[in-house]
Amino acid sequence: MKIHIPQQIMNEIHAHGEESYPEEGAGLMLGRLEQGERWIESTLFLENAREEGARHNRYLITAEDMLQGEMEAEKRGLSIIGIFHSHPDHPNLPSEFDREYAIPWYSYLITSVNSGKAASSRSWRLEDDRERFLEEQIEIVDIKVK
Amino acid sequence: MPALKIPTPLRPYAGGESTLLLPGEDVAEVLEAAVKSYPELKKHLYNDDGQLRPFVNVFLGEENINQLDGLDTTLEENDTLLIIPSIAGG
Repeated sequence: MKIHIPQQIMNEIHAHGEESYPEEGAGLMLGRLEQGERWIESTLFLENAREEGARHNRYLITAEDMLQGEMEAEKRGLSIIGIFHSHPDHPNLPSEFDREYAIPWYSYLITSVNSGKAASSRSWRLEDDRERFLEEQIEIVDIKVK
Repeated sequence: MPALKIPTPLRPYAGGESTLLLPGEDVAEVLEAAVKSYPELKKHLYNDDGQLRPFVNVFLGEENINQLDGLDTTLEENDTLLIIPSIAGG
């Protein structure tokens, strides 16, 4: 399992995590599948739709935002490959809450943001039986994106 | 027949299809036809009580069926339904 992410996009995801701190930031990763590997080409930064007091450790992307994401992806000839979100002052491991609400297939990229500074990201996929996440390898690629 | 668009994560359970053409006069009938054709879809759309899972949302065009008549929303021959997941985590 491998996900290819342009350095520029990873930088943008980290910057979004820092801007959202001390709350969780989230958004969608759009891209393509090629021979079973995932290539991210674009992102959509979204509002964390959780109520104000919960946004430090919870995030929500509404169905309406997902619909917009699907339409935008289709317009660009891409698919929603996964979701990114930040863990303020916590490791970039999926929480039990992440597992309960995750959907198999999607890539879940989690960025640890410590004291307002993005530290590192890891990517995860939920197994079909929903029992656990498996880590997928992130390959940073040097590709210019629009 | 109404069309049902399947989001990428659920396509492996729908024969790899992105759009299914299914018989049905309302949303419930179209979803039932989908799980009848592709039984593996069932556990991802419904919980053990037969209710749609909380993160499964169905849109008729750009309108959430919850703002219409829910599963009883009637459909025209050329309507397109979309299954859209909402995403949460911590």
